[in-house]
Amino acid sequence: MSSQPVSVKGSGGAGGAPLRMLWPFALALAVAAFMHFVVGPNFNGTVVQVLLFAGINITLAVSLTMVNGFTGQFSIGHAGFMAVGGYVAGGLVYYLSARFFDSPQIAFHGGILSAGADYRPDPDHPLPLLSRGDLIMIGSCLAGGLVAAGAGYVVGLPTLRLRGDYLAIVTLGFGEIVRVIFQGTGPQVLFTKAQEMRDTPLHQLAWKLGGAQGFNFIPIYATLFWVFLLASITVAAALRLKYSSPGRAMISIREDEVAAQAMGVNVTRYKVRAFVLASFFAGLAGALAALSIGQMNASAYGFIKSFDFIIMIVLGGMGSISGAVLAATVLTILPEALRQFDSYRMIAYALLLIIIMILRPQGLFGIREVWELGPVRRLLARAGRGGSAA
Amino acid sequence: MSLLVIDNLQVNYGAIKALRGISLKVEPGQIVTLIGSNGAGKSTTLRAISGLVKPASGSILFEGKPIGGAAPHKIVRLGISQAPEGRGIFANLTVAENLALGAFQRRDAGVEADREKALGLFPRLRERFQQNAGTLSGGEQQMLAIARALMARPRLLLLDEPSLGLAPQVTQTIFRIIRDINASGTTILLVEQNANMALDVAHHAYVLEVGEIVLSDAAAKLAQSDEVRKHYLGVG
Ligand SMILES: Nc1ncnc2c1ncn2[C@@H]1O[C@H](COP(=O)(O)OP(=O)(O)OP(=O)(O)O)[C@@H](O)[C@H]1O
Ligand SMILES: [Mg+2]
Repeated sequence: MSSQPVSVKGSGGAGGAPLRMLWPFALALAVAAFMHFVVGPNFNGTVVQVLLFAGINITLAVSLTMVNGFTGQFSIGHAGFMAVGGYVAGGLVYYLSARFFDSPQIAFHGGILSAGADYRPDPDHPLPLLSRGDLIMIGSCLAGGLVAAGAGYVVGLPTLRLRGDYLAIVTLGFGEIVRVIFQGTGPQVLFTKAQEMRDTPLHQLAWKLGGAQGFNFIPIYATLFWVFLLASITVAAALRLKYSSPGRAMISIREDEVAAQAMGVNVTRYKVRAFVLASFFAGLAGALAALSIGQMNASAYGFIKSFDFIIMIVLGGMGSISGAVLAATVLTILPEALRQFDSYRMIAYALLLIIIMILRPQGLFGIREVWELGPVRRLLARAGRGGSAA
Repeated sequence: MSLLVIDNLQVNYGAIKALRGISLKVEPGQIVTLIGSNGAGKSTTLRAISGLVKPASGSILFEGKPIGGAAPHKIVRLGISQAPEGRGIFANLTVAENLALGAFQRRDAGVEADREKALGLFPRLRERFQQNAGTLSGGEQQMLAIARALMARPRLLLLDEPSLGLAPQVTQTIFRIIRDINASGTTILLVEQNANMALDVAHHAYVLEVGEIVLSDAAAKLAQSDEVRKHYLGVG
């Protein structure tokens, strides 16, 4: 057995702090660009749509892992935060586009990174990489994430002080409140009514989110680029968190809350932090979901939707980020792939879940990551030895 | 000055009066033990010191400063850590991660040296450094709980029934190490049901019965007293 001290805290690498901070972003950009420029053009619109949802679901499952997986709190309101982000971003993009571009129609004003799979370059009117529309879109998405994070703070602070399953009940209620609030908003000002659009002040437009009819005609900005940029950043952030001191503190809460307190972990603070961070990413994912389907309807974001994400992280292994990524991908693609079996589809899907949970009750990877599992580790070690011997 | 002074401490769980006004002192450099039968309030005393339960009344002074009712993380920062009853190890985390969590409140440079020191005390833990703590044997888990509490570099170490559920030989080892830890300068407040072992290592002892302290004396003297021999040592 190795007896040399193994550094638990990250030791300073040669790159220095700024570089270590930046490389995950560089990697995320590379993944996003690869998906957008290499993968996207090779598939038809239906496949791209499924991939978009896979990326969005990865973001949601991985962010939920921070709450249900790391701190062990049981939230059933993740879709509610998604809805908050979606409405905020969708509303902002729609109404701000109307203001800024002053066109009779809310049209897409994005650059190449936001151009969908059907975009064919036009030599006479080349698109820039990023345009003003993209800046509006990015700002709106960030706003959606921040408002969702704020909502997470408001919901989390009082409940996370209490022990037990209060969070489950409160988040359930939160999802319902979100639905009622958005369904109670005023009618959407349509782009055909240019005059009304111009005359209504922005803060009033903010309340005109379509009510029970839903909010429609949101310009489609979400592409494989943005979706996988977000998904990669979320994964990188979650991995970084998991192997940091605050992340370990969160996991210790899930393991044994009293012992965590005895170690000096401020339990409430870390629960709230995890919850706010998860809400932020859920809000961003919701924003991109709205900008990919072009509409929001609050009734689609109830606790049944939240359970989709819970199933993903239970299947992947509570606390495993690679497990959440794999499960989110499979559980997004599988129902589409099973479409030909039509009515048997949901039965097959449910059966698969039951079988996996019987065979592996701790989920695919447990709390660990795929590269930390015994067989994979041995394989990696052998590959490493082979490589150095050659 | 005493390291820890508890005066007239009362703790309630709802209607249950777990501590009915206990007073005790821990002198620096000593091992002080608190013995008593099940439900006497031993764990409650340690929980109150660590801030895990709030006192109903009375005071707790650590190095002269009142700490009664303070948040647990503040108390750890002041220099008190605990190996709780039932060990409370983080089963799905490795030994290394458990130890890192023991030093959670520390920002100083001595953490790595202290980990080496702890692993020196418990060589078994070094062999199982990257293993999930849940796969350790009961004795090894107890060693981990103590080592983890030491990672906070406490001036007062609270140990709640370190011999619970362990074979006599492992218990012997643990108590030898408790003596070593104390010899290297850490003051210890030890809760035990195994009064024999506890009175053997301790300098001073208190006997707790249903929330009240009924006896207090030098450990060696208490071990000779008829009452203790009869009720707690199973002799006579
Ligand atoms: N969380 C709790 N809620 C209600 N009552 C409690 C709680 N914890 C302890 N008690 C009660 O308080 C009293 C003292 O309990 P405590 O755990 O301090 O005893 P102890 O001396 O450590 O016993 P043991 O030797 O069995 O560990 C007992 O009557 C117990 O039932
Ligand atoms: Mg006890």
